Amino acid sequence: MAQIIHRSTNLLKPVSVAVSATRHLTTASTTPITVETSLPFTGHNIEPPSRSVETTPQELLSFFRDMVLMRRMEIAADSLYKAKLIRGFCHLYDGQEAVAVGMEAAITKKDCIITAYRDHCIFLGRGGTLMDAFAELMGRKDGCSKGKGGSMHFYKKESGFYGGHGIVGAQVPLGIGLAFAQKYCKDENVTFSMYGDGAANQGQLFEALNMAALWDLPAILVCENNHYGMGTAEWRAAKSPSYYKRGDYVPGLKVDGMDAFAVKQACKFAKEHALKNGPIILEMDTYRYHGHSMSDPGSTYRTRDEISGVRQERDPIERIRKLILSHDLATEKELKDTEKEMRKEVDDVIAKAKESPLPDSSELFTNVYVKGFGVEAFGADRKELRAVLP
Amino acid sequence: MLGVLRRKVACKANGVSALGQGIRVVASRAFSSSGKEMTVREALNSALDEEMSADPKVFIMGEEVGEYQGAYKISKGLLEKYGPERVLDTPITEAGFAGIGVGAAYYGLRPVIEFMTFNFSMQAIDHIINSAAKSNYMSAGQISVPIVFRGPNGAAAGVGAQHSQCYAAWYGSCPGLKVLAPYSSEDARGLLKAAIRDPDPVVFLENELLYGESFPVSAEALDSSFCLPIGKAKIEREGKDVTITAFSKMVGYALQAAEILAKDGISAEVINLRSIRPLDRSTINASVRKTNRLVTVEEGFPQHGVGAEICASVLEDSFEYLDAAVERIAGADVPMPYAANLERMAVPQVEDIVRAAKRACYRSTPLAATA
Repeated sequence: MAQIIHRSTNLLKPVSVAVSATRHLTTASTTPITVETSLPFTGHNIEPPSRSVETTPQELLSFFRDMVLMRRMEIAADSLYKAKLIRGFCHLYDGQEAVAVGMEAAITKKDCIITAYRDHCIFLGRGGTLMDAFAELMGRKDGCSKGKGGSMHFYKKESGFYGGHGIVGAQVPLGIGLAFAQKYCKDENVTFSMYGDGAANQGQLFEALNMAALWDLPAILVCENNHYGMGTAEWRAAKSPSYYKRGDYVPGLKVDGMDAFAVKQACKFAKEHALKNGPIILEMDTYRYHGHSMSDPGSTYRTRDEISGVRQERDPIERIRKLILSHDLATEKELKDTEKEMRKEVDDVIAKAKESPLPDSSELFTNVYVKGFGVEAFGADRKELRAVLP
Repeated sequence: MLGVLRRKVACKANGVSALGQGIRVVASRAFSSSGKEMTVREALNSALDEEMSADPKVFIMGEEVGEYQGAYKISKGLLEKYGPERVLDTPITEAGFAGIGVGAAYYGLRPVIEFMTFNFSMQAIDHIINSAAKSNYMSAGQISVPIVFRGPNGAAAGVGAQHSQCYAAWYGSCPGLKVLAPYSSEDARGLLKAAIRDPDPVVFLENELLYGESFPVSAEALDSSFCLPIGKAKIEREGKDVTITAFSKMVGYALQAAEILAKDGISAEVINLRSIRPLDRSTINASVRKTNRLVTVEEGFPQHGVGAEICASVLEDSFEYLDAAVERIAGADVPMPYAANLERMAVPQVEDIVRAAKRACYRSTPLAATA
């Protein structure tokens, strides 16, 4: 676990000792650091884990970098949508980055994640590239779904990311199905089924959760509670908005979703639990800065004070920045440089993605089936355009 | 098909209801022009407002219909006017609230259930079919279900496979349901008012892209007693060479196609179906007997679609009158792609309708090669 990397006298020290100006940000050490989560966990029918989380300078800096990249991607997507380069629906995740990043830190790519339509950052966390994402958002052939899916339908099966779903709540039984298959195949891995506070009231969730509990499936339900289901506040939609308790006989944990370390600790804890004891619910208390989607200003059902208040008090990136600075792992300037670097990376990829061509017309008829048996499929004018499905 | 509509309710400050007389047959030329235009959105909003005002048993239930003023602003202002007991914001739980709506209708209330799009109605389809459509029959008339399920149907723009399906054919095949698809603002007003007053379950298929479109409305249509008959199609444009049937957004496309065809000397008759179930077979057949050629247009998937039923009906009733094979224009046989160029190919375009009409008139070049 802990390895002290001996370099020059510019070694990173994990205590608040004045260090020389030339540190090597990119070769941060893996010296263990312990951080405390901002808040204690609250358990439902389970003893919560400790607030002390093991990390390393390398992890802290990578959390910062990853979250800044995600934040930049979402802000850039906002502009692209307004420029009409992204069409249809676009649901942005800025504010919620700690959940995506903290979860990845606790699991492997053999564990599965499935989520709803607010999926851009989860996709990135699972190893998707910016090019995959932006090209898909703009409906180009280099997109992760060849331009055929769009914002709500990103996938990366080889790293255990099963999408990207448009129908509220549907992804939860699907995720429990992934867990079922993992157990069936004796894989010793788990599935994280993510959903929002709006979806938390869906009946199908409880139906599938009941079966997950009956059959001891390695299923972890993660409620990203950003407190609004589109325009409806949680207290107007749920008699009990304590989503971590809604599993009743299924244990749950309430987690500060704006604290990447709390998320990491909770996911690690949940994975261990699920492999031995079956399903568990994690409620991530988080917040989205944008409205529900780009069609929603996000200000008719909540105050601007509330939004700016969260940004000021609980922003996940700022929390990591403070931790990095207080542990002297980087200077403010170095962090600002990282932010500039991430911004440039995003801008460069967007420029490239804009050059990516639209998918070829023949793609209209590909992937309808895996095996089409040579059946015919038709375009809008069936006598003008038809294709054979191989 | 008689669309007899009666007002059971004491009209408030409204004066005489012209409806008491029975059938209302619509031909817009007969109405005096009001010089007014109205968007489909305004038409739907005013229809809901007037029906809620006229009958206290009418209430609205759905996601974001109240405080948010409606996801597409169709129910704007109604919460403020009628209060939270009659305009209910629900959680995102379609199976639950559709069932609750049907139960309320069993008891005698008149719910208007909104699906944010009809794609989400699939979560509730058991209640629409098994609990609503079949109840009057199974109970031999004891349990009638005066409910309306409404919301946007079909493709929008760039919303992808899970948010673009047209449900006209599925709901249209079910006995016990009435299925309406307005095109213009007058359609929207008249058909929604008819749907709310109707004692049977009605599936009311709107179209998101039409909400912002403005249409002229007659003075008669502005009256709060205005109602259109269920089960009657409208001849939007008279013609003699080829019949084009369409509903919802495709009516606009068909009218554009008719303009283009006219320049080529082909006079197309455009029928706005308005009602998918009951289907106005007599109007369609009468038209085909006049023109001898038929092109059916719809946005939804072609197999087992509305066009397939119309084609069968015409073959059954007017076979000898057909001078050409029936042409079908429909959405492509694929899940809706997101990329703009592919989406364009997946949805009927005006030129597809023109091409098919010319084929029906034997005016086109030989068929294009297979793709």
